[in-house]
Amino acid sequence: MYQFLFNLSGSEIIATIFTAAVILVFILLFVLFAVWFERKVSAHMQDRLGPMRVGWHGVLQTIADFVKMLQKEDIIATEADRKLYTIAPVLVFTGSFAAYAAIPFSSKLLGSEVEVGIFYLLAVSSFVVAGILMAGWSSNNKYSLLGAMRSAAQIVSYEIPTALVVLSIVMLTGTLSLEKISQLQTAYFWNWNIFGGPEFSLAKFLLIPFMFVGFLIIYISTLAEVNRTPFDIPEAESELVAGYFTEYCGMKWAMFMLSEYANMFAVSAIVTILFFGGYQSPFGYLGNSIGAEWLVPFEQAFWFIAKGIFFVFVQMWLRWTLPRLRVDQLMTVCWKYLIPYAFLNLIIVGFISLL
Amino acid sequence: MKQYLKNTWYGIWTVLIGMKITFKHLFTPAVTIQYPDVKVPLPERVRNRLYVNIDDCIGCDQCSRACPVNCIEIETVKSLPGENLGTTSNGKKKALWVTKFNIDIAKCCYCQLCVPPCPTECIYMTDVYEFSEFERDNLVYKFANLTEEEAVEKKSNYEKFQAEKEASRQVGAAASAKPETPVKTQQENKNE
Repeated sequence: MYQFLFNLSGSEIIATIFTAAVILVFILLFVLFAVWFERKVSAHMQDRLGPMRVGWHGVLQTIADFVKMLQKEDIIATEADRKLYTIAPVLVFTGSFAAYAAIPFSSKLLGSEVEVGIFYLLAVSSFVVAGILMAGWSSNNKYSLLGAMRSAAQIVSYEIPTALVVLSIVMLTGTLSLEKISQLQTAYFWNWNIFGGPEFSLAKFLLIPFMFVGFLIIYISTLAEVNRTPFDIPEAESELVAGYFTEYCGMKWAMFMLSEYANMFAVSAIVTILFFGGYQSPFGYLGNSIGAEWLVPFEQAFWFIAKGIFFVFVQMWLRWTLPRLRVDQLMTVCWKYLIPYAFLNLIIVGFISLL
Repeated sequence: MKQYLKNTWYGIWTVLIGMKITFKHLFTPAVTIQYPDVKVPLPERVRNRLYVNIDDCIGCDQCSRACPVNCIEIETVKSLPGENLGTTSNGKKKALWVTKFNIDIAKCCYCQLCVPPCPTECIYMTDVYEFSEFERDNLVYKFANLTEEEAVEKKSNYEKFQAEKEASRQVGAAASAKPETPVKTQQENKNE
């Protein structure tokens, strides 16, 4: 897409802006959908109906809420640090938006073909911590600060199991580029990394259980990284009002929500790319079989978004199933369980891939 | 070590059990009732807003006296001899003009004590329970079907009649035919 726009306009700036705009529009649409979807999923899991009155089954509810939010007064507490307070939500959203730059939506729609894509993703997603800490500190509110501190502790610790699992995939595929990892898992679903990768050999079958463990670990730890239940202690409603964004209102608050939902998809996208074939279709492409080559990238985008939304759904599903962990339990899960398992998994995957 | 592995296993297994339960609930029909569109059927003898079928009211004032919070206000004017006010649906002859029948539903305590005394069963509880208003005055329901002018007229007719009666009594037995005239006009008025 970038290359196409670059050829079309001959200007890097225009190509960059347009590519970024497409992704931004996708994020906004996704958030509109996800907020509604979350409310529906939560409602139906509790035998309720959820929003029903704005549009068909309340599909336009988020838009109505957004319009309400636009009209709100922008209140900044007098004791707050005004500059940091204003920058923080922007920074948090920048962090989650920047993560999208390296995510390949299809073989044609990829923001940037960074060779160290997964490394960049891990680095940039921890950028969010800075924003969250800033928000908590500048609010000058004990609940905000507590939430921000918890969040920082949580995100930093859960990055380790994530990184270890990512490392095992990198060892297996031999590349850091998300685009290449996706391409390797092409054709059919048994070529996905969760089923041991594309090479048909003994190693493939030996890898399946360890890949599955790896998937569980990265799924749990990324869930914790986006601060969602059962790992939502930074914004624990029943303990900390709303955590680090207690003092925020109106559009600034909306920015935090926007980045939370954008992060949910980004994290699901990472899981999809690493283990579930990225944008690859599980059963081959319709475009190839009917001879319409141009259809393939769209199909790929469809599969990618479908997989991403499925994992977002699982996140919501977990949210409405499990209660919140205590702070010490949270750390126990990470340091005593996830990290040893991830480490062991890394070593075993390393040995198997040597076979 | 054994305990550690057991913990891990229980951690994963119990989460899966929980997910199974929530997934089942995803497809159980919701218990929500879409209130303004769908309403829960009310019990048969539910007590809600009062209603007065004024055509059947004979103005006996019994409901008003039964009311513990005095929310029913009734004013009546006696009809003149020969005036036909019609009968109620259970055959009672009406003898009073009901010039005012106000129920202040804001005061009402929904005790239903006004209902049993009514001889013609014209006051009763309905199943209407949504009648909130922005102005409290709108909660005073006026059931009398006479307009204000009519009520004034009835009142003055009656007073005239009384006065004439007094006068005729003072004049003597000779004036016994006199009250006929106002009655006739009264009937004409009613026919209009």
